[in-house]
Amino acid sequence: MYDELGSDQLSMAQIGLFDIVGPIMVGPSSSHTAGAVRLGLAARKILGSQVKRARLELHGSFAATYWGHRTDVALIAGLLGMAMDDERIPEALDLARAAGLEYTFAQADLGDVHPNSVRIYAEGDADSITVAGSSIGGGRINIFELNGFEVSVDGSYWVLLTRHRDTPGVIAEVTKVLAVHGINIALLDVSRKARGSDALLLAQTDDPIPELAVEHVRRIPQVLTVRTLPCF
Amino acid sequence: MQITSASQLLELCGERNQSLSHVVAEYEAFRAGTTVQAVRERMGETLQVMRASVEKGREDQGELSRLITGYGRLFAEADQKGCLLGQSLFKNAILYALSVGQYNASLGRIVACPTAGSCGVVPGALLAAAEELGSGEEELIDALLVMGGVGIVSAAQGPISGAEGGCQAECGVASAMAAGAVVYLAGGSGEAVFGAASLALQSHLGLVCDPVASLVEVPCVTRNATSAVTALAAANMALAGIPALIPYDEVVGAMKAVGKALPESLRETSLGGLAATPTGQRLAQRLQEKHRL
Repeated sequence: MYDELGSDQLSMAQIGLFDIVGPIMVGPSSSHTAGAVRLGLAARKILGSQVKRARLELHGSFAATYWGHRTDVALIAGLLGMAMDDERIPEALDLARAAGLEYTFAQADLGDVHPNSVRIYAEGDADSITVAGSSIGGGRINIFELNGFEVSVDGSYWVLLTRHRDTPGVIAEVTKVLAVHGINIALLDVSRKARGSDALLLAQTDDPIPELAVEHVRRIPQVLTVRTLPCF
Repeated sequence: MQITSASQLLELCGERNQSLSHVVAEYEAFRAGTTVQAVRERMGETLQVMRASVEKGREDQGELSRLITGYGRLFAEADQKGCLLGQSLFKNAILYALSVGQYNASLGRIVACPTAGSCGVVPGALLAAAEELGSGEEELIDALLVMGGVGIVSAAQGPISGAEGGCQAECGVASAMAAGAVVYLAGGSGEAVFGAASLALQSHLGLVCDPVASLVEVPCVTRNATSAVTALAAANMALAGIPALIPYDEVVGAMKAVGKALPESLRETSLGGLAATPTGQRLAQRLQEKHRL
């Protein structure tokens, strides 16, 4: 179902033919199933490796109706790396067991957010992440929190993500690298937990980010980790 | 290049002296930065997914759906036994729509058209009509492009979600899209396409979204079948030259206004309509107890 995809929002942009005749997806609901797969897949891609353990907190309508729309199955399918039209989605819970993915679900109040929202704690062998996002209708999603930082990612751009020490010039250095590689930044989020502490930079770009650019960003002294994400 | 309304889209066809399907394909090619050929190919792939969902849905036993059980299969078996009324067009439209709706409820792979909840309407009416007419693959792709054009002008002017507009915005819009596509497939003019779309949507005004137990099952799946049949009736009336009188753009405007007037309880919240009946509530409670988090 195309919840919250208001006519006013739609008319502002050109409506895609295959947004109307589509998406191709595994049922039963675009917002509660297809969008949930994408949220799980986003978490998997942000973690950047196989998910070993996960805790998923369902909010609002996700918590109330997950059992009917298989929001739980869909989220786990995404964590396993499946896309929203993957015909293995119905077997996701069995496949998770086979892949050694341990998961727990809980009901939670994530605050004043979209009713179809989830917070995912995902742990791999080397790293762990926290992602919170909403399924906003028609299979579209918005990630609104990443590792405790406020962000806004809908998966339609390429993403460069850095964790760095909050010091002057880091952001300029990172954006300079992107400029040198001819990569246009569509959206840029920077936030930090406290002055001089851990900070996050999230650049959403029109173009894919080549490995060489990632390597150049990695060499910036204050940068702790770098990750790129394709569109999801 | 923009598509904003049915009247503007038909004007565009007149100005360019191009068919409705070609203008829609050009619009999408322009919008997505691709070619008309690539758009047609993608529509061809979409058609294959629609067909596969009909085939698989017909076999589905309903092991994964919560309230409904193999509706496509039941219908096909009854038809084989000869206990149904009507000819193949009518029966196949119902069979295909039920099959796709059932498959969606069973976590099957479908084309949301325009939504997952209304995914059976277009395959139901259009694939049944294509068999009746003996249409070729390219003709079907043209009809699907036209169907998408009806959807785009609907989305540009009104809601396409049960949460915003009720079922009229899902099954109603799907029925309008299907009716337009069927008329195009049968050789009707662009005006007749939107006449049929108008008649189909007129018959859905006021339809509420009241899913029992918050599932896309009851009444959604059987409603997909009745909306497919309504699309065929509207297509036939338009082909007969019966005028819709109210232009499609104005019917979408009326649908939007009716949607706004619907209380929230009748917009996908499962608080009103069939969901609020004693039986609807009992079914919801039973399922909730079984699947509590």
